[in-house]
Amino acid sequence: MEFGPHLMLAALEGAVTAAVLALMAAGLSLVFGVMRVVNVAHGEFYMLGAVLAFVVAGMAGGGAPGFVAALVAVPLIVAALAVAADRAVLRRLSYDPERTIVATIGILYILQQLALMGYGPDARPVAPPFNHRIALPWIDWGAGGPVLTWPWGLSITSYKLFVIGAAATVLAGLWLLMTRTRIGLVMRATQLDRETAQTFGIPVGRVYALVFGLGAGLAALAGVLIVPIQQAHYLMGGDALLLSFIVVIIGGLGSLPGTLIAAVLIGLSDGIISVFFSPTLAKIIATLLVALVLVFRPQGLMGKPAR
Amino acid sequence: MLEVQGIDAGYGPVQVLRGLSLDVRPGEITCLLGRNGAGKTTTMKAIMGLLPLGAGRITLAGEDIGRLPAHEVPRRGIGYIPQGRRLFAELTVAQNLEIGLMTRNSPRHVLTRVLDLFPRLADRMGQRAETLSGGEQQMLATARALCLEPRVLLLDEPTEGLQPSMIEAIRQVVIRLKSEGVAILLVEQRLDAVLSAADRVVFIENGQVRETADAADLRARPELLKRYLGV
Ligand SMILES: Nc1ncnc2c1ncn2[C@@H]1O[C@H](COP(=O)(O)OP(=O)(O)O)[C@@H](O)[C@H]1O
Ligand SMILES: [Mg+2]
Repeated sequence: MEFGPHLMLAALEGAVTAAVLALMAAGLSLVFGVMRVVNVAHGEFYMLGAVLAFVVAGMAGGGAPGFVAALVAVPLIVAALAVAADRAVLRRLSYDPERTIVATIGILYILQQLALMGYGPDARPVAPPFNHRIALPWIDWGAGGPVLTWPWGLSITSYKLFVIGAAATVLAGLWLLMTRTRIGLVMRATQLDRETAQTFGIPVGRVYALVFGLGAGLAALAGVLIVPIQQAHYLMGGDALLLSFIVVIIGGLGSLPGTLIAAVLIGLSDGIISVFFSPTLAKIIATLLVALVLVFRPQGLMGKPAR
Repeated sequence: MLEVQGIDAGYGPVQVLRGLSLDVRPGEITCLLGRNGAGKTTTMKAIMGLLPLGAGRITLAGEDIGRLPAHEVPRRGIGYIPQGRRLFAELTVAQNLEIGLMTRNSPRHVLTRVLDLFPRLADRMGQRAETLSGGEQQMLATARALCLEPRVLLLDEPTEGLQPSMIEAIRQVVIRLKSEGVAILLVEQRLDAVLSAADRVVFIENGQVRETADAADLRARPELLKRYLGV
């Protein structure tokens, strides 16, 4: 394949990574923004999403109905689990920023070991509900002007397009939720001034539980979407967590638009650099970017400086 | 209306209020005076349910509200204008007021009435609260509290750092609320501004009430002020 089509293929793969990453990082960013909790267990909610997708899809008889069942049920199950973790653990620590880091590290290992015990050490796939290969055209500049060609190997599956579309839809919905609804207003007021929010009747404890559940649900949704592409494995949360942190730091903690921009940046560069060079180089560059951001723009691309 | 009876309260291990009592009556302005750090803001936070009570009771029209979860206190009809305004800085004027309206599901006409009191805010509904001038911010903090149609209003140093014209505007609103029968608890540093409007004055020191006096008496005998405040 020539360079141009090859680059486009890499960018498309990167777009899938970016879509899943954006969902996950939006959850992490929301939880940090509103609750000031650095949720180290966030990657495990993603892992649970993938693992439970395998379980639920199997119980629902597999195939497309199985996948749809998983897509609907799993994020809700994981969100409920996260709400329980919030009530049982985080609330008892009064959401203290340092103690919740230690606590979520504990939650990380508990979830990981539970997955190992219940699901086992194997990586297992879930069949995508549909998976057509869609060949993509490329424009060549021949002697007689532009010619449309169909380079061999330049294609994407319908499922990958669905992942990109689904992530974009959910993120647009999240944006509308935060900016156009009462519950979004309540979440933002809580984020801006928790104490004053209480003096205006906002039940901050319930808002926190909701936000923690929503954040975990987004990670789980990302996990469900990814299993037909990558298999479900009990250790898959680690890399996902690292990438989400990278995205959230580059984008600016607590800023949804910044998170999206950074997810696209990191997803695309990860896709492209992995294809042309190596995945390791992609990770090195992403980490370097974080270091640069921390040095030159600590608040992130779209974050506001601390007041 | 609002009765505080012998409360102990503080921040974690730090006890600030020691057996503090006061009451705030409908249609009256009760003024809380005391030096910096005496515990005036802490008293207001305790009333709002933000601090756990170690001892004592707080009742509103007979109902014990001292042990309610904090978010239930304003729903009983207590509006709070905190020290330093504490607006939701990144939200617009309209959204700040919306949060006030949501507290007790106030009907829409309440907003119209509140904006009649503060016409300057009506022109700035889409503006972010942090971009308002200091006086406008104080108006917004006041308007936000009035959106819940309070029976009791707590104002913590509302005129801090304001120009005289703004102070006068805020004062007019407070006097009008008083005439409508709202029970008002006012914390102020500027005694001159307060004394003419207050009905009763409560002096506190080290988290304890030193003296409760009739404002009329104080106006007649200013030497009392010197004794309690050293001014
Ligand atoms: N968040 C806090 N944590 C610990 N101590 C506090 C806190 N806020 C105020 N204090 C202490 O409580 C005392 C009373 O403060 P405050 O009620 O704010 O006084 P003021 O009368 O000036 O409003 C002061 O000694 C202050 O240092
Ligand atoms: Mg004070």
